[in-house]
Amino acid sequence: MVRKEILICSGTGCLSAGSEEIEERLMDELWKHELEDKYPLTRAIKRTGCMGPCNLGPMIIIRPEDTFYGNLKPADVERIVEEHLLKGRVVYDLLIEDIDGRRVEEFEKLDFIRGQKKVVMRDSGDIDPSSLEDYLKVDGYMAARKAIMDMERNEIVKEIKDSGLRGRGGAGFPTGLKWELAAKEISDQKYIVCNGDEGDPGAFMDRSVLEGDPHSIIEGMMIAGYAVGADQGYIYVRAEYPLAIRNLQKAIRDAESEGYLGENLFNQGFDFNVELRVGAGAFVCGEETALLSSIEGKQGRPKYRPPYPVQSGLWGKPTVINNVETFGNIAMIIKYGSEWFRDIGTEGSPGTKVFAVAGDVENTGLIEVAMGTTIREMINIAGGVADGKRFKAVQIGGPAGGVIPEQYLDTPIDYDSLKEAGTIMGSGGFIVLDEDTCMVDVAKFFLDFTQDESCGKCPPCRLGTKRMLDILDKITKGNGEAKDLDKLQDLAETIQATSFCGLGQASPNPVLSTLKFFRDEYETHVHDKKCPTGTCKALVEAYTINEETCVTCGRCIEVCPVDAISSGENTYVIDPEKCISCSECAKICPVDAISEGDEK
Amino acid sequence: MEKYHLRDILPIIGEYEKGAGNLIPLLHEVQKKIGYLPKEVQEFIAEELSVPYSQVHSVVTFYSFFTMEPRGEHTISVCTGTACHVKGAEGLTKKLKDMLDVEEGGTSDDRKFTFNTKRCVGACSKAPIIMIDGDVYGKVQPEDLEDILDRY
Repeated sequence: MVRKEILICSGTGCLSAGSEEIEERLMDELWKHELEDKYPLTRAIKRTGCMGPCNLGPMIIIRPEDTFYGNLKPADVERIVEEHLLKGRVVYDLLIEDIDGRRVEEFEKLDFIRGQKKVVMRDSGDIDPSSLEDYLKVDGYMAARKAIMDMERNEIVKEIKDSGLRGRGGAGFPTGLKWELAAKEISDQKYIVCNGDEGDPGAFMDRSVLEGDPHSIIEGMMIAGYAVGADQGYIYVRAEYPLAIRNLQKAIRDAESEGYLGENLFNQGFDFNVELRVGAGAFVCGEETALLSSIEGKQGRPKYRPPYPVQSGLWGKPTVINNVETFGNIAMIIKYGSEWFRDIGTEGSPGTKVFAVAGDVENTGLIEVAMGTTIREMINIAGGVADGKRFKAVQIGGPAGGVIPEQYLDTPIDYDSLKEAGTIMGSGGFIVLDEDTCMVDVAKFFLDFTQDESCGKCPPCRLGTKRMLDILDKITKGNGEAKDLDKLQDLAETIQATSFCGLGQASPNPVLSTLKFFRDEYETHVHDKKCPTGTCKALVEAYTINEETCVTCGRCIEVCPVDAISSGENTYVIDPEKCISCSECAKICPVDAISEGDEK
Repeated sequence: MEKYHLRDILPIIGEYEKGAGNLIPLLHEVQKKIGYLPKEVQEFIAEELSVPYSQVHSVVTFYSFFTMEPRGEHTISVCTGTACHVKGAEGLTKKLKDMLDVEEGGTSDDRKFTFNTKRCVGACSKAPIIMIDGDVYGKVQPEDLEDILDRY
């Protein structure tokens, strides 16, 4: 009998959905049926990193047949063990229904997975990230071995240059060129830094790679170190990512004890060490010069460039700083060659990009696609807009990016096309917004973020974002004036032109792009004092219940998130002071007795 | 709140080289141990590392993870990322403030919970998210909060 293996996704998304309880149940059930003889417990169950389709969590894959079960509840586990493992019968009704309603048995056949092209996410969800042995089984450290044993330093730089790989942190600077500049510097000490300070709200691909495949990042850094002549690497990770930190610490320890980090690697006289640095909650540290200051133990404030980090970086030494996902590509390029890489993606943006897809789509999670895939195709992979609602826009690039409306859905995803459409590639946040989303509120949300995270060094960013937020606040509270929109535009352009670092320069983008595509919505807020989607609470009246229609079924009381509804004499009553106009009661009311405002 | 002793943090400082290079990892460790970083502790660290006190203080006040106020036994954070925002994180914030009778950053009277908001924790598919110490809870509705808090 072929030994079965049960892979359980243990990424942060699945943990928050209760994957640990499922794992315990699985252990118990295997034990109960004395399957432990057949499947030594710790070997049969493998905790993996993120499998991708996060909203189907908790999820497992049973191998070798590759059967996928998602949205598991603890009670389902018994059936899976008894039916699937003991009798070899797939539990049909626990299979995931795909977009067309068909139940899909194999993981690879899910629509969500089929549309993807996995390069960076190749091992995540497949291997146990805490096991070096697992990484070695998928040819781990073979690329580093090839680079260090068989390639000249300049050959490696050339290979990366030829691949056309561009920085995945968002700006898209050619990685090979960066390495070449650093390699040319003459210095007694150089550094490799991995930027894992993934601060954009809504972006979680770097987190997933670090959690799910930490060795691949160490390997990429090691190859960079060899190519440019650096023997020390730092990985800077946000403190908000405890699991990524844990998995990285284990990976570094294991690599050290097995001789994949340390002195005289592959007997070629090359030393390389990696140290982990944990951030402390400052968005601006994602900016490279600020990040380097933070590693040095200072406030994370950006510095003027030039000199660029490749000339004078960490402690004044030449430093290559690349994003997590960029390093995730390196081993694959060395292994398969630059031509293979160039065959994926577009001429100007070869390779793939991982997006963290969230918001109002059916299937949220991580999607890695070849560059050049259109935004529409991306949304289709994610199963389309959730709950049959209408698509309104997609927000790409986080606080530095912008929104893309329906008429630009066929824009291909690559650095240059996105820029033309008024947003940026950014680090890969991809948040789908449906018709119920207020675009003024979205702009305000991002301004609130950048304003709070401004480091305060330069006035355009420190004061300008605050002024913009004040105006947006005024508009969403119903006090907007006609001249406010022009003021916003004017301020935005000034901040863009005069801020010190990328964070400030990009901070007006969410406002500029929403103003460009959804100006009418701003105008409705300003002139009619109405929020068309009912999001801006100050512009929405409290809900009331029509006494005559109400059948006192009590459903509204159950759904009210703020306990604003209580029972009156013959009807229920909504306390206007408590009501946050979320409309949940109106949606659930079976007799349509609840409406916005006073209609009695 | 238990009183800390400076001698408790000496062994932690001992693990790091002098100078500012390890200041942030060291502050993380000390805060983990005693819960916060009061002025006295900052001064002590500055002296032990031979770093100006002004630098230690500037770092503590710059980064939002460091706090100079004692915290409750557990820290509850509501994620304020984009996905959580559009999925109703505000309702959770409001309910928690009511339940614990605190403002953001405050600690409940029984010193059990400190409440704050957090930048995106990256579990956007399960929005809205709350985090209690290291535990992440997904798709949380205001009415679930009492049950969740009871576990602590």
